[in-house]
Amino acid sequence: MENKISLTIDGKKIETVKGKTVLEVARENNFYIPTLCYHARTGKAGKCRACLVQVEGLMALKESCALPANDGMVINTNTPAILDLRKMIVEMHLSNGEHNCISCERNGNCELQDMAYHCGIERPHFPIEHATMALDESSEGIIRNPNKCIQCGRCVRACNHNVMHEVLDFGWRSGDMRVICDDDKPMGESSCVQCGECAQVCPVGALTFKNAKGIGQHWTLDKTKVICTYCGVGCSIDMYTKDNKYVYSLGTEENWEQQTNKGMLCVKGRFGFDFLNREDRLKTPLIRKNGKLEEASWDEALDLVASKFSDIKAKHGAGALGFFTSARVTNEENYSVMRFARGVVGTNNIDHCARL
Amino acid sequence: MQEADKSNVILITGTNTTWNHPVFGGMIKKAVKEKGVKLIVVDPRDIGLAKLADIHMKQNPGSDNAWLMGLQHIIVKNDWHNKEFIKERTEGWDDYVKSLEFYTPEKVEEISGISKEQLFEAAKLYATAGRGAIFYAMGITQHSHGVDNVMACSNLQMILGNYGVEGTGVNPLRGQNNVQGACDMGGLPNVFSGYQPVANEDARKKFADAWGCKLEDMDDKVGQTVTTMVQNAGASIKGLYIVGENPMMSDPNQTHAKHQMEKLDFIVVQDIFLTETAQIADVVLPAAAFAEKYGTISNTERRVQYTNKALNPPGDAKHDHVIVAEIAKRMGCKDFPETVEALWAEIRKLTPSYAGISHERLQKLPGLRWPCPTEEHPGTPVLHGGKFSRGLGLLKAIEYKPSAEYPSKEYPLVLTTGRLLQHYHTGSMTRRSKVLEGIMPSGMIEINVNDAAKLNIKDGERVKVSSPRGSIEITALVTKKIKEGIVFIPFHFAESAANILTNDALDPVAKIPEYKVCSCKVEKIVKNL
Repeated sequence: MENKISLTIDGKKIETVKGKTVLEVARENNFYIPTLCYHARTGKAGKCRACLVQVEGLMALKESCALPANDGMVINTNTPAILDLRKMIVEMHLSNGEHNCISCERNGNCELQDMAYHCGIERPHFPIEHATMALDESSEGIIRNPNKCIQCGRCVRACNHNVMHEVLDFGWRSGDMRVICDDDKPMGESSCVQCGECAQVCPVGALTFKNAKGIGQHWTLDKTKVICTYCGVGCSIDMYTKDNKYVYSLGTEENWEQQTNKGMLCVKGRFGFDFLNREDRLKTPLIRKNGKLEEASWDEALDLVASKFSDIKAKHGAGALGFFTSARVTNEENYSVMRFARGVVGTNNIDHCARL
Repeated sequence: MQEADKSNVILITGTNTTWNHPVFGGMIKKAVKEKGVKLIVVDPRDIGLAKLADIHMKQNPGSDNAWLMGLQHIIVKNDWHNKEFIKERTEGWDDYVKSLEFYTPEKVEEISGISKEQLFEAAKLYATAGRGAIFYAMGITQHSHGVDNVMACSNLQMILGNYGVEGTGVNPLRGQNNVQGACDMGGLPNVFSGYQPVANEDARKKFADAWGCKLEDMDDKVGQTVTTMVQNAGASIKGLYIVGENPMMSDPNQTHAKHQMEKLDFIVVQDIFLTETAQIADVVLPAAAFAEKYGTISNTERRVQYTNKALNPPGDAKHDHVIVAEIAKRMGCKDFPETVEALWAEIRKLTPSYAGISHERLQKLPGLRWPCPTEEHPGTPVLHGGKFSRGLGLLKAIEYKPSAEYPSKEYPLVLTTGRLLQHYHTGSMTRRSKVLEGIMPSGMIEINVNDAAKLNIKDGERVKVSSPRGSIEITALVTKKIKEGIVFIPFHFAESAANILTNDALDPVAKIPEYKVCSCKVEKIVKNL
């Protein structure tokens, strides 16, 4: 295969194929190269310079997110010069804004914090400016904290080129530059539809989910891959839960290119699952007695259903019973209702809400 | 859907995609804005995608068969059709062409309100741009002539040869996450799983043998649909078992539907909340919700995906299939499958298009698209490659049919219904969500500024909306985004339920109700002080 190339990263020989960046090859092989502006789903931006690597034979350090991997390349990811530079980048960010991790929603799940950890920064070098900008809590689903924003631009690219809602952009100039909604409206008054894509790609705690606030740090949550229960697109969701309660949803990032939703969600998939935690969920069977629905045991309810179905069938024939199966339950469950109607009761009166 | 950017031109009609299939709506936007795909939108409202459409035609509700056939009239007149495809892959040309004669641009303008110039531009763009795909949803099907509308779409694609390759085809967008799967699994009155007809004795024998039933005990007649079961309640239908559906909210002409349901001897509702339908049931069975179970789901592209269990069901709630198996056992069926695995094995054994789809494969892949007959088969992203499932594609002659109900002196406006971005169907889930309900706490009627001015109605005012079937109170949203003479009400809200107004006229074949067109009047509510 002429497509095959081999390169060396930190002394290790690596076989791969043409068409990838150095960053992609390095990450596939578990080398740590931090990125703040690059995200797999928003692409390279060439802003943060956190991903610089040294290429043997070249003078300047190169941005690995934009550097095509070529045959015979020799790459170093952690020379003293690179480590010094990374440290400087982190120091600058830490001094600019309010990067206190203690009760940040992204504590333990923050790419800037990770970088600081890898650089061994205990105390930032530069004086820290205090938070000056107000939180934007105007929207139903997302909290914006401009003091934590590192202006990487992921949210802007995601909003304009992934989900195509075209709400976020950079506004103002130089030291005042910040991410704005429409013409600098509070998010809740802007044209934002609350799909939450911006918060999903944010590397820090500048954009977080309101419904998850204070419920648990990242490492206390469980992650499960589920398919969304709303429309027919079939979005793949990483659902985060804690103590048998739903907490929040992210579009599945793993193999995102092959997923039907490519990592994205809409407002329903993002924020519409707290019904799972509702106290008014049905928890026990109910039987109508003297005109009122009253709690009953499973045995009582199931026996009643079976005997009533048998009675109606005996008296009026199987065709007097009808079955509504559901476009909201699984294939296996639909099949089970179908087999029950046709194979046990003996009627083809089965349908679901495809027409409604 | 993955193929949206492989089209050269996309025709969107009867789908407000950015609200109802938002993630896919974004993909269409991207295809148009960044890949240069042309876009034609046909919708009486300024839906999100209309803004970036090359052509936006605002048709009168109920005129879809007319403008669809009108496009074809122009295409054939101008010799833009694909003669080779028509010759090799289709039949019925002569009758079809004859039926096109009716749909002159002038006639179509009269019926649909779309100018003949605009219709010509659309026909030219759609026919000459290259690969064309049609995406539609319930705006095409929920008519008393919904089947004709679908046939008209399929005619259009056939005469242009828009089948069998990526970026073409007739693509219905499914509104519920497993409506495709419910159909595939035989949750329909006429077919077993994999669309094997109940009227076919071999199919009946196959399922009877697998289930240990006697062939003569199998029902050999096509059953009733949801809509006819409700209409026949108390007559031929005495009892209903309703799993995860809310017909009291979703059925048309709600007052009548409620009245019908009350005639039943016995109603069992299996659901996750005490829905409007559960409230009138004799027995309510608590079920597990979607994230509380595992199994497979088939999306609108026939993609079968595996979903995992993230939570335990609350209280004593049980999985739907466990409840069904328990009832089956009590009715004397000894070997009814009780586990997801046993059910899946049986589905694969009896359903050729699903035979190759194992849970193990799905756990490793982002889904497989049926037909997938063997474990080695990669799945089938595009249907109708070499030939149609019926052999030759049928070009169908379509006689124009109007909607069942048109505006009258008493009810001068046309009401059409649909969903909002933030809510879903009857709202049993989304109206219990803090964020979604926070953004959109109540329903509204969209009414054109000119109609509102005539009625002296201001934006945000409460109004009374009536149809021949009932009336509701609701807040007015006065907007330029809807065509004059038409009003729109979302059907999620029980306190202002659009389906009290809608017409229960059905398509004669599909038995789908005409949710998209009925007459109504809007009145200002005058408070007596």
